[in-house]
Amino acid sequence: MKIIISGDGKLGAALTRQLSAEGYDLTLIDANLKVLESSEERYDIMVVQGNCASMSVLEQAGVREADLLIAVTGADEINLLCCMTAHGMNPALHTIARVRNPEYTDQVYKMRDMFALSMAVNPEMQAAIEMERLLKYPGFLKRDTFAKGRVEIVELRINADSKLCNVALNDMNNIVKCQILICAVLRSGKAIAPDGNFVLREGDRIFVTAAARELATLLKNLEMITHKVKHAILCGGGRVSYYLAKQLHKSGINVKILERDPARCVQLATVLPEADIIQGDASSQFLLEKEGISDCDALVTLTGLDEFNMIISLYGTSCGVPQVITKLGRIDNSNILGELSIGSIISPKELCSNSIVRYVRAMNNQTGAAVSVHTIADGQAEAMEFRVDEAVRYRGVPLKQLHVKKNVLVACITKGATQEIPNGDSYFDTGDTVIIVTNGEKGIFQLNDIFEW
Amino acid sequence: MNYKMVGRLIGKMLVVEAVFMIPALFISLFEREYRAVLGFAVSMAVIFVIAGVLSLLCRGSQKKFYAREGLVCVGLSWGILGLLGGLPFYLSGEIPDFVDAFFEIVSGFTTTGASIVPEVEKLSKGILYWRSFSHWLGGMGVLVFLLAVTSAGGGDNGFTMHLLRAESPGPNVGKLVPKMRKTAEILYALYILLTVLNVIFLLAGGMPVFDAVCTAFGTAGTGGFGVKNDSIAGYSSYLQNVCTVFMMLFGVNFTCYYLLLLRQFRNVFRDEELRMYLGVALGSVVLITLDLKGFYPTFGETLRHAAFQVASIMTTTGFATTDFDLWPAFSKAILLGLMVIGACAGSTGGGFKCGRALLALKSLRRSVRQVIHPERVQVVRSNGHPVDEKILQNVNAYLAAYVLVIILSFLLISIDGFSVTTNLSAVLACFNNIGPGLEAVGPSCNFSGFGWFSKLVLIMDMLAGRLEIFPILILFSKYTWKRR
Repeated sequence: MKIIISGDGKLGAALTRQLSAEGYDLTLIDANLKVLESSEERYDIMVVQGNCASMSVLEQAGVREADLLIAVTGADEINLLCCMTAHGMNPALHTIARVRNPEYTDQVYKMRDMFALSMAVNPEMQAAIEMERLLKYPGFLKRDTFAKGRVEIVELRINADSKLCNVALNDMNNIVKCQILICAVLRSGKAIAPDGNFVLREGDRIFVTAAARELATLLKNLEMITHKVKHAILCGGGRVSYYLAKQLHKSGINVKILERDPARCVQLATVLPEADIIQGDASSQFLLEKEGISDCDALVTLTGLDEFNMIISLYGTSCGVPQVITKLGRIDNSNILGELSIGSIISPKELCSNSIVRYVRAMNNQTGAAVSVHTIADGQAEAMEFRVDEAVRYRGVPLKQLHVKKNVLVACITKGATQEIPNGDSYFDTGDTVIIVTNGEKGIFQLNDIFEW
Repeated sequence: MNYKMVGRLIGKMLVVEAVFMIPALFISLFEREYRAVLGFAVSMAVIFVIAGVLSLLCRGSQKKFYAREGLVCVGLSWGILGLLGGLPFYLSGEIPDFVDAFFEIVSGFTTTGASIVPEVEKLSKGILYWRSFSHWLGGMGVLVFLLAVTSAGGGDNGFTMHLLRAESPGPNVGKLVPKMRKTAEILYALYILLTVLNVIFLLAGGMPVFDAVCTAFGTAGTGGFGVKNDSIAGYSSYLQNVCTVFMMLFGVNFTCYYLLLLRQFRNVFRDEELRMYLGVALGSVVLITLDLKGFYPTFGETLRHAAFQVASIMTTTGFATTDFDLWPAFSKAILLGLMVIGACAGSTGGGFKCGRALLALKSLRRSVRQVIHPERVQVVRSNGHPVDEKILQNVNAYLAAYVLVIILSFLLISIDGFSVTTNLSAVLACFNNIGPGLEAVGPSCNFSGFGWFSKLVLIMDMLAGRLEIFPILILFSKYTWKRR
């Protein structure tokens, strides 16, 4: 499949990395020759320098033979113009544009056909939605959804007082009293695929597969904090804050936003009448104390600087805030970050690029490729969702009779509306959705690849 | 330096070399030339052993591969390719001196065509085939072939770009399609197609099959090793004209053929480099034809010889249909000029390259204008697109390196006591990968008169010329071998 990416910024680079690793034909357009050169050095791609919204540059990039255009330059207007122009030149083209300005959100949604968009992405909005999901179930560090939201893989940290601490997995069912499966454990930076005799220890981060409706039960039986978040402090008043404040207000959570720039504060106060907008430096401990960091239920750090966010989050955890979420622009070295107690980490760029990659895979899905792929355990494992079609072998054969590769775990089988955590007698059939977890080694592109022979 | 990765790639390349010796081995077997059979068999065994040892030593290499590794890898592998590729000549006893055998095969791989063999027809068929085939392989590049057939190193990363850049001639090397492997495949497909066409046209003119294949290899790589003592002169005028046309065709940037396949005719015919290439060739043919008035009996013959020699020298092939050393001074001067200009970038030809000459001239024009009118802001354009300053700087640096290499080698080989014309034309002929020069190294003579030291200097020149200087130059820089 031929893909054109316009804009070699942070998101463009993340997309290039992921999509070129999956073997698509990529052409990258940017106005800046310097960044293009460095991308060309690192990946097997073609580059074109110029304005991606101009016909001649698009022509040069081979838009007429392309299957998909992803416009992720810094300017919404250029992205939209780029998609419109490209679609005009090649009506069969799929287009994805990044549109970030909240003022455009409505029209992009309502006038998708006019803008010739197959999909519009908004990283900040996605980040806000993700954060809100985390705030709804405090205690989870990360949530990845599968099977149209019916199955989730959630990340939990085992603390010293956790009910699961020092428990072997065989005995776990008596405690959680619901159907779950621990598909990976991250212990001191290394991912482990646990078996029944594996004993959980303090500091482990576990990845649990469960049906979405079981999550509340799980939390209750683990006696983790289940009280609802009522007061949240957001540090930084950028776009994510705006979206998040809107979302949280809908769920009845009081929001306090700390923002340094007075003009931005006035803007926020105008569009968010229900939130408390505090003008001041969020990195000052004095201000945080004054605004009640010790009493709030959740702290979300959303300033533009990763360093600030990390420090404020560290401080928040030390003050005993039950739920902390940190926004990071760069998570390249996330194995260092795992050691820090800065709560959940959300990277808008990564979320957005994942959703685009998912779209690309779905486009390419005729060959039985994964519907969605989430990396878990700091990138050391991958959870993949497959739809079972006619081409899949061993349909209807119980798992215990199959020879599944050693590093592959079948984590969940969804049949219609019911989800099943598989045991030896489980099987899958045409139309089911299967979620597997692998240790991230390449080589699994379709469901048939999980079998030893 | 990522020595292991470089070692692994060189190992793979050696396997390619050994595999390509197989046809030569069979030809020798078929012709019952048992000394040559022995030479090929032993050489292949040696190469396989070395390749095996290299890949054993270089297991578990890191994936780090940058411009430096690319350049070193290309520079080293061509040197090793020559050392081992010359073994059959030496072991079969047909070229008894090892330096001579080394010279001959480097001359082959770099598509130079300068020979130290006085009587080509005395060589056995298998050796002749291997000699001509080395042109074909060296023309497009061995590492490019490696890229086409294997995913060298298995990475999806862009490091292969460094290899293509270091091995392909031209100031601005780019891919034709996003995937490296596909690009290499397209290049080789075009190359094979043109070569086959060439063979067919030669066969149609009644040339024996073996001669046709070897001549086509020599033409395709713009090499110039013939299978006859008098090069192409003994063949019919039709065959000579076929050679003229195909030499010109192989001197064109291969991107042009790809664009033709994509039906982008306008882009091809508006290409400034192609226009310059054809223009210079045409102009030279006209001037030489006028200058040679009365030299040959008929006008047609004059034109044929002029066109053949111009095509042969400009594309840096080095075939000859006549001894142009006997031509008047003006014609010889034109040929010397053509030696320097060379073929198009991205072709199999050598020389300074038309595209580069064009950019150098344009940036010279800009500098002159700058003196007259310092405030004027000027952008150098090529085919209507602005040229990046970095590329211009590169062209100027290349020009400096080019002149430096010529002067230095000229000084070094002058020790052997040949005339100034001989020495200068020998350096130009080797460095620009042409083959024959003037006087003592003219088309009817050969390079066997030089001492081993001069031969080594000329070998370096040939390698530097084929790989565009820098991959060879950086092998001698101490910074290359320092830790990062």
